[in-house]
Amino acid sequence: MPTSLAELAKILNAWVDERIDLSGVRELIRHKVVPVHRHTVWYYFGGMTLFLFIIQVLTGILLLLYYRPSAEEAFESVQFIVTEVEFGWLIRSIHSWSANLLVATMMIHLFSVYFTQAYRKPREITWLSGMSLFGIFLFFGFSGYLLPWNELAYFATKVGTDVAGQVPVVGHLMARVLRGGDDVTGATLSRFYGFHVAILPLATTAILGLHLFLVQKQGMSVPPEIERSGQPLRTMPFVPSFLLRDLVGWLSALAVLGALAAYFPWELGVKADPFAPAPAGIRPEWYFMYMFQTLKYIPAKIGPIDGEVVGVLGFGLGGLFLLLVPFLDRKTARGEKSPLFFWIGVGIVTYIVVLSVLGYVAPGGK
Amino acid sequence: MRGAWLLLAPALLAGSVLLAGSQAAAQKLPEGNACIECHQGIGDPRVTPPAEKFPQDIHLAKGILCQDCHGGDPKNFDPQGSMNPAKGFIGKPKHQAIPQLCGKCHSDAAYMKKFNPTIRVDQVQEYFTSVHGKKLREGDQKVATCISCHDVHKIRAIKDQQAWTYPVKVVDTCGRCHGDAKYMQGYKVATDVVEKYKTSVHYEALTKKGDLSAPTCNVCHGNHGATPPGVDSVANVCGTCHSLTADFFNQSPHKKAFAAMGLAPCVTCHSNHDVPKPSDSMVGTDEKAVCVNCHDPKSRGYQKAAAIRKSLDELRGAVQRATAILDRAEHAGMEVSQAKFELRGASDSLLKTRATVHQFDPAAITKLSDEGVKIANKMHAKGVKALEDLTFRHRGLWISVGIILVAIVGLVLKIREIDRRQA
Amino acid sequence: MEPLASSRRGFVNFLLGSGFGAMAVWMLYPVLRYLIPPKSGEATIASVPVPWKPAEIKANSGRIFKFGSQPGILVKTPAGDLRAFAATCTHLNCTVQYREEKQDIWCACHNGIYDLNGKNVSGPPPRPLEPYKVNVKGDQIVVSKGA
Repeated sequence: MPTSLAELAKILNAWVDERIDLSGVRELIRHKVVPVHRHTVWYYFGGMTLFLFIIQVLTGILLLLYYRPSAEEAFESVQFIVTEVEFGWLIRSIHSWSANLLVATMMIHLFSVYFTQAYRKPREITWLSGMSLFGIFLFFGFSGYLLPWNELAYFATKVGTDVAGQVPVVGHLMARVLRGGDDVTGATLSRFYGFHVAILPLATTAILGLHLFLVQKQGMSVPPEIERSGQPLRTMPFVPSFLLRDLVGWLSALAVLGALAAYFPWELGVKADPFAPAPAGIRPEWYFMYMFQTLKYIPAKIGPIDGEVVGVLGFGLGGLFLLLVPFLDRKTARGEKSPLFFWIGVGIVTYIVVLSVLGYVAPGGK
Repeated sequence: MRGAWLLLAPALLAGSVLLAGSQAAAQKLPEGNACIECHQGIGDPRVTPPAEKFPQDIHLAKGILCQDCHGGDPKNFDPQGSMNPAKGFIGKPKHQAIPQLCGKCHSDAAYMKKFNPTIRVDQVQEYFTSVHGKKLREGDQKVATCISCHDVHKIRAIKDQQAWTYPVKVVDTCGRCHGDAKYMQGYKVATDVVEKYKTSVHYEALTKKGDLSAPTCNVCHGNHGATPPGVDSVANVCGTCHSLTADFFNQSPHKKAFAAMGLAPCVTCHSNHDVPKPSDSMVGTDEKAVCVNCHDPKSRGYQKAAAIRKSLDELRGAVQRATAILDRAEHAGMEVSQAKFELRGASDSLLKTRATVHQFDPAAITKLSDEGVKIANKMHAKGVKALEDLTFRHRGLWISVGIILVAIVGLVLKIREIDRRQA
Repeated sequence: MEPLASSRRGFVNFLLGSGFGAMAVWMLYPVLRYLIPPKSGEATIASVPVPWKPAEIKANSGRIFKFGSQPGILVKTPAGDLRAFAATCTHLNCTVQYREEKQDIWCACHNGIYDLNGKNVSGPPPRPLEPYKVNVKGDQIVVSKGA
């Protein structure tokens, strides 16, 4: 059986090769190697994020078959999916859980790249495209959260778009554009649906394509400290060694997703009622928690400026700093050690972790 | 130039039609009526109000004018002539004379039929059966007559929302006198009734839920024949709406006992003006319960009260438990709409049981509440089952984890094999 | 040595192949089942098919059906008209029923009575029953909101 299967593959290969010259691709595959060193483990998180994104696309398409994007029917259609459609609960739960895991692996990927300084020349464009994807995926999460039109999501969206409205000068317009009006209504739902299933996927396809192309073109970055140590670098072939290891990770992720979906099915909650008072304990998705918590701690007024404006500006600057880090970090660019940027990174991660934890354990707040 | 006028004419015409339309609510007073023109133009606040108020009056709409009540000659612009007693002018009618004055038309069936074939014509007759009417006969000048409740010179149809007699306004209409302690001095009726009534479940139904059939003053006291219902008629009054409850009460041992003790049914437990929203805590043997007002702990009634309360609590608890678990299952995405649908049967039982309480028969009540408890427990079990089904999914999960594990083991072995080949 | 290695490789390939094969089937199955539309048709709250045929309902009778999670009442008047209303009493939300002997819709909880147009005629109910639209399509009766 294996021999005949191998022969079949050979015949097929020859058939395609006669028509399309694949030698370039084959060459690329044969020569693509992955450096082996003590930080190799971080290379897997990019691929993991990609895998989870594929899961999102597949389950998302399945959900589209039954979902209805209107304030009158959104909640009912999701309820229909999870109660009446066979395995609908599974598809929806996986979609929700996978979204959360995706954001988590994406954050690990982002900070592992940051701390191994893989953003340095010549990979600035890869970093920029990666940061854009980061923003896009956060927006994916934000827009998708509203789609079931339940109470929690409704008020979280209200708060979230309110925060966007705090941006000086353009904030009000931004909030209006996001909401499709002055308040979160059915119009917001239509809009978020459009973002979630058309605009963001389109942008992702383009930027992700660029991101992956650059990774293939330039290969994996080796951390400067390993480069500096001067030892000869071990490598392993991408195909099959690295790919198989990737697969192990992906399958494990799949098992974890299944377990989460079965043991912790994503709750549907209560249908949103725009006229009801906000319920206690509104909170955003966990990955926005540190921002939410920060805004709680900032006093209402700092000097003549609104506290929230300061917070929003702060996060804007933080994001801008991360985005531009390849151009700010001159020392790494020159091949020197860059302790300042290392410690800034540590600071950012600590801040995010501490405030997120506080968001879940700190009592009430203001 | 003349062409331009011709063009303008339709526009002017349309304008005037629009104007007329907008004034449909307040009618236009007729011209050439001496009463109206003098009373309007005289500028003395003592005599102008009738003419000012009259455009809103339903009588004007039906073509009834000043002289039809007050007499006199409206064609004569000389005050001596128009207000000549020889022409039947009576001026401002005496307080005592008002019912008869209104009754001149309103008690005349043949006349009233011209305006509305189904209108009542017994109001004056009824009025004189009321406390108001009796006291008026005795010469009391303060009691209400027709125009105390029907805003004189601005009398509106009863269906007019602005009428003093519109259901939601009645309490304030009566309250103008009955809520005024000073005015009511010397009479034996309480003046806190208006405030009390406004705390009642009836007032809430009337004003907040918009249930115009909910009772206000006149629904229990009668309108033209306004008299407080006596001890013997209270049950009938409440029973006009709460018929089932009244039937139960009339079959119960309380009927005789209340009559013997001179207690009025219904209001002894539920109060009269400030009727609260009834609750299960009214029954039983604790402090809030009304039963203990009469039944001492050694009596059989006391035990019955405790038993009735127990049935109610059991059923209410069962319904709450079932509702809670079904809600939980529903929020978790389980299909429980059928169970929720069937649980309505238990809620219905609870309401029926509450009505049946008025029979004061623990056996009958328990029988009814047991039916409800049975349904509620069955639905609770369905909720438990739905939540268990959530865990049933785990089996499918473990199979898939097993399969994935096989694939992972295969992969790991393959990786080791490749690594060994390369080493 | 050689045959042992090759048999070992064969085992690994078998494990891999069957593992992935089973996984493909195991994952495809829920997806295929998901794609099959459920019996209840679509996620709708606006209309519902009633589980009886027009012919099996006799005149002067009424039946309760499930409209979402709320009850509805389908009435065939003595004259043979089909009418449907929300079966939730407007007084305290009990489920109403049809009374053949009195030809009315009756709530047993507090003796509320509605006529066959759903209008509250006696007892505590403050409002008429919410009317539904009844459509007969061949052998099927469909009741929808917004009559």
